[in-house]
Amino acid sequence: MAKKIRGAEIFVKALIDEGVEHVFGYPGGAVLHIYDKLFKQDKLKHILVRHEQGATHAADGYARATGKPGVVLVTSGPGATNCVTGIATAYMDSIPLVVFTGQVHTHLIGNDAFQEVDCIGITRPCVKHNFLVENVRDLTTVIKKAFYVAMTGRPGPVVVDIPKDVTADATEYHYPASIEMRSYRPNTKGHPGQIKRAAELILSAKRPMIYAGGGVILDNAAGDLTELTRLLGYPITNTLMGLGGYPGTDPQFVGMLGMHGTYEANMAMHHCDVLIAIGARVDDRVTGDLAHFCPEAKIIQIDIDPSSISKNVPVDIPIVGSVSHVLGELNKLVKASGAKPADRGKDPWWKQIRKWQASDCLRYDRDSSLIKPQHVLEQIYELTEGAAYVTSDVGQHQMWAAQFYKFDQPRRWINSGGLGTMGFGLPAAMGVQVAFPDACVVCITGEASLVMCIQELSTCLQYSLPVKIVNLNNRYMGMVRQWQEFFYDRRYSHSYMDALPDFVKLAEAFGHVGMCVENPSDVRPMLEEAFSMKNRLVLMDFITDQSENVYPMIASGKGHHEMHLSPERELA
Amino acid sequence: MCRVAGLFSARNYNIESLTVAPTEDPSVSRMTVVTNGSDAVVEQITKQLNKLVDVIKLIDLNDYKHIERELMLVKVWAGSEAREEVKRLVDIFRGRIIDVSDTTYIIELTGAGEKLNAFLDAMDKKHIIEVVRSGATGICRAEKALRV
Repeated sequence: MAKKIRGAEIFVKALIDEGVEHVFGYPGGAVLHIYDKLFKQDKLKHILVRHEQGATHAADGYARATGKPGVVLVTSGPGATNCVTGIATAYMDSIPLVVFTGQVHTHLIGNDAFQEVDCIGITRPCVKHNFLVENVRDLTTVIKKAFYVAMTGRPGPVVVDIPKDVTADATEYHYPASIEMRSYRPNTKGHPGQIKRAAELILSAKRPMIYAGGGVILDNAAGDLTELTRLLGYPITNTLMGLGGYPGTDPQFVGMLGMHGTYEANMAMHHCDVLIAIGARVDDRVTGDLAHFCPEAKIIQIDIDPSSISKNVPVDIPIVGSVSHVLGELNKLVKASGAKPADRGKDPWWKQIRKWQASDCLRYDRDSSLIKPQHVLEQIYELTEGAAYVTSDVGQHQMWAAQFYKFDQPRRWINSGGLGTMGFGLPAAMGVQVAFPDACVVCITGEASLVMCIQELSTCLQYSLPVKIVNLNNRYMGMVRQWQEFFYDRRYSHSYMDALPDFVKLAEAFGHVGMCVENPSDVRPMLEEAFSMKNRLVLMDFITDQSENVYPMIASGKGHHEMHLSPERELA
Repeated sequence: MCRVAGLFSARNYNIESLTVAPTEDPSVSRMTVVTNGSDAVVEQITKQLNKLVDVIKLIDLNDYKHIERELMLVKVWAGSEAREEVKRLVDIFRGRIIDVSDTTYIIELTGAGEKLNAFLDAMDKKHIIEVVRSGATGICRAEKALRV
């Protein structure tokens, strides 16, 4: 007869047996038993945040950077509801998180108890799955299932709601080595017939385009993608979520596509005859007007989630399977065919693409007396040699970071693409730094986004997380202002940031280093000074040009061929 | 069941009817949903339902020869003049009168949706007090089965 231990201890042991090293959390009544068990051990490291939203974004950043599931522990009621934004952020970008929420005693559920919410009901639409543990005997099985569901197939956040009495009741401990769920069996192997048809179409293409998204990163398939692209010699574009899936400095990379993608990427999409969509969900920021999306192309789509295929655009050769598996098979077929890679010097399609590239669509005024945000990002890229972990908030600064920081490796670019959550950048950077204490972690943000989760500066001090915060301060909600300039006749309704704090004093009040710069000539020296401080968090406040807009831009309802380009140049 | 209903409402798919009940295996429930939409919409609905972790298996009954049945209870005015007329209609449709009072009958009718609709159309509108429908369930003909 094995020893019986309490649910709280089972919880901690299960997480350790599952291989979890870090938990981001915040205590409260419903999880006091668990926190008591955390206190008496040192195998599971708990990072105390200052707001549960910060815990979810930190776990999210941790998961994006490492490929491991991010783990969160919060209490019931407001603890759980404070996590909803972070859970939805992870859901939209398919990030594996396991969020443990405390819950009131089982006999109080449904009774409007103190700090009770229907967590399962509230999170149902924004999780991959959720569980309520009704009996301590189910606890280890549920935990195992939660991690399995979060990490397999198309990854996603899973919520596990644990009532307080379940953490107090006792039973024997047994953590399953593996789990099978009859209702959940993701299919990872693509259909060989479809893969063969796809290979034939790919090799016969005259104006091919490879369009690769976040699925490549999630499935750790950057190596397979790079091999295939080089074998073929074809042009490749990445989505915002896919940056780093193919080396950004490589000549075959034509830049990000979509609403703020490069001219050449969007034009190539519009004129291609074969589109190879890999781990990308053909979302509206990428397609623009669907009626004009890739009008001349036959489309191949490779995705692990069948519901993403042909959801927005009918696909000619759908392949359901994991990106790494399908790309591996395609690589074999392409090698076996003996085909040579396209000759970028002679091939007419590449010649056309080079003409489009000559438009220099990302150019900006380099002689301005005001600080240009693009310039700041270029300097950061140089200084960090393109090898930093870069997290971002949401808006203009996010687009400039995506355009100007060239990612050669996956899992370095950490941003909220699908939900576009302001406030993500700082806690996500925190999570990345926890995963990689010696790495250079940069948070690109704006003054509007930065203050949304500013309380996490305390967490950074407590755990010595020397994140470098780059505040591109234009005293406006930049992206909102840009839309109001273009489409609302410059009626800047509530997009001006009034009553901003002194960010240098703010940083110092939280125990960190603060710096401020207004002259373009001071940008590089300040960056060098900041980045030389390996052990301090530095908040750099760059007072930037307020009038700068993100170009190119595809307005809502327009196609890839209808981009706005910067006033510096008008194109026919 | 909530997950399915939530899915339909979140993605703006229409639920015409929904029934759910346990099966011979107590860990498995069977749910039948009647919806409408273009082929592309129905394909998305199918894929989204399959994505739900709790959904073991799913079929579109329209892909197979199948039988549909629905239960309906109808309360009607059946005063002295109307009584014979109502009883005749019920016999024609092979329904049963399961409750009798001085002025009302409750009629129980099972069949495919069209038969139930036809009965309601045949009844004089002013006789109908209340209609309760269970929603359709279905099963494939011959050996084809939806089993775990």
